[in-house]
Amino acid sequence: MIISRETLRIALGNTKFKVGLAIILIFILWAIIGPLLTPFDNMGYYPVKFGERIAPKPSLPSLKPGSIGEIFTPQGVVKVKHYLGTDSFGRDIYAQLVYGLKSSLVIGLIAGGLATLIGLLIGFVAGYKGGWTDEGLMMITNIMLVIPTMALLIIIAAYLPYRGVGIESLIIGLTAWPWTARAVRAQTLSLKRRGFVELAKISGMRESKILLKEILPNMMSYVFMVFILQFGGSILAAVGLDFIGLGPTRGMSLGIMLQQAVLWNAINLGYWWWAIPPGLVIAILITGLYLINTGLDEIFNPRLRRE
Amino acid sequence: MKNGSMLRVENLTKVFNTGFIKGFEIRAVDDVSFTINKGEIVSLIGESGSGKTTIGKLILHLLTPTSGRILFKNRDISKLKGADLKAYYQDVQGVFQDPFSSVNPLHRVDHVFDIIFENLLKDVDEKEKNVLVEDALRNVKLNPKNILGKYPHQLSGGQLQRVLLARALILRPQLLIADEIVSMLDASVRIGVLNLLGEFRDKYGMSVLFITHDLSLGYYISDKAIIMYRGRIVEMGDIKKVFHNPLHPYTQMLLQSVPDLNVKWEFKKRIEPEKEEKGIYAISGCRYVFRCPRKVEICQKDRPELLEVEKNHWVACHMYKR
Repeated sequence: MIISRETLRIALGNTKFKVGLAIILIFILWAIIGPLLTPFDNMGYYPVKFGERIAPKPSLPSLKPGSIGEIFTPQGVVKVKHYLGTDSFGRDIYAQLVYGLKSSLVIGLIAGGLATLIGLLIGFVAGYKGGWTDEGLMMITNIMLVIPTMALLIIIAAYLPYRGVGIESLIIGLTAWPWTARAVRAQTLSLKRRGFVELAKISGMRESKILLKEILPNMMSYVFMVFILQFGGSILAAVGLDFIGLGPTRGMSLGIMLQQAVLWNAINLGYWWWAIPPGLVIAILITGLYLINTGLDEIFNPRLRRE
Repeated sequence: MKNGSMLRVENLTKVFNTGFIKGFEIRAVDDVSFTINKGEIVSLIGESGSGKTTIGKLILHLLTPTSGRILFKNRDISKLKGADLKAYYQDVQGVFQDPFSSVNPLHRVDHVFDIIFENLLKDVDEKEKNVLVEDALRNVKLNPKNILGKYPHQLSGGQLQRVLLARALILRPQLLIADEIVSMLDASVRIGVLNLLGEFRDKYGMSVLFITHDLSLGYYISDKAIIMYRGRIVEMGDIKKVFHNPLHPYTQMLLQSVPDLNVKWEFKKRIEPEKEEKGIYAISGCRYVFRCPRKVEICQKDRPELLEVEKNHWVACHMYKR
């Protein structure tokens, strides 16, 4: 197998990796379970049943964390605890946070995965084929690299009347691959000159088989690290887009929370529980990913190991 | 001699370009011609950077020559593809310089045997295969039990190198390109492996291109020596003639620099270390001119051609021009 028992043993002995992994796993669990345990919807409203219809109702505005809110429903007044308080519109912050975390992780997964996949494919083909294929593909990559990605994202996002999490991931994924392609190309260039590729050739192995069985397995650790990096990068790019108001038109995300907190003067009004939690969650999430990455670096590269 | 030749290399040249736009040329192999006959062991001797490994790779169809031809049994190998190339690899095999990079670190060492049975020896069944592999390993003085099933990093360089030799010999090639195959081995195993090559030559008529920087090893098993310097052959011929009557100043220097077990080392003035001369591949004269103790004016301008000075002994030096 690609990941041997030996690698696993070293990985679990690495503190950085363990801490990073724990943070990410806790966040993933939180994003899955959190929304199920809160009575509010993704915007932080309380869904109230009017016969067949369900109408979102706000609670009391600007409540401090831990206070009890009151929601007026046809069935009477419902008292609910707001763990992180409410915003200026009486929406529950905690519900927004867990739903926002969930969409951020989904974006990271789809956009990061897409960027890794495209970068891997282009870098691999360019590096292995060489010659004009390489020149052509690298020209496209370099052009993509010099286009300011954020500006491109803004233009694309501004043209779309309806934007969901899926579309946002797609735009981010389609613009984030170039540096991955360059890095993978360099890796492939070095691998294809190794002796074992030549040994496979003089053993009569077909080229496609050499690619799949000899070169690709050697790149898996690298690809895994690239994915983690892209995952974090995509989350940050999405937060950036959301913050300037080009995020999903419906739904919640950590970036949208930040945007609204700024838009409605949360800091000036002293509503720290509105502005700080989304920023903190983003910071911890990215730190966790960073720790995993440096940890993996030490795991895959024995020279960086401190034992 | 022409009829008996198994491999004929004609005016082989390989130029590497560094950089795409503003690079410079390295003429790793420059207008090299030689032949290898059936059952002949030929030593290709030269210092690092002389182009000896490149010649090996060209013969193994791993690099494409810039110009010139390589004929194996009178067939140009540059056009080989698919099934023909597979057939070629059954006849011509190689063992590379660095055993650690020659095996994929992710697979067990058995993998190097598996791939030849999968691709080149498809008819052999599982039982026969195991027998062949174990015999081959015993031939190179390894115990199959200690080798099979292990990962490359669990073996030493010498063990791996012998595994790779065993792999090549399973195919019973007619020509083996052996690139520095014994430099990683202990002195005790070294002779055993060299004798094995001799045995294969005697039994199956295998020819060997023995690429080495070690003169004494070259002398031990070879029938013929080719001395290279910076991509060109400087001296070539019958091993005894080349070693006992070296004609080219470079060969003379090489032979002088071999340590003698019975003589305590004193620094000899005439041995000059390798220098990185600028424009060495661009000059029109002899490439050895910068280091040559006996250079004359013509050496700067004219490139000496190989001349047959005595029977089976060629040298490329202006001193021997008649």
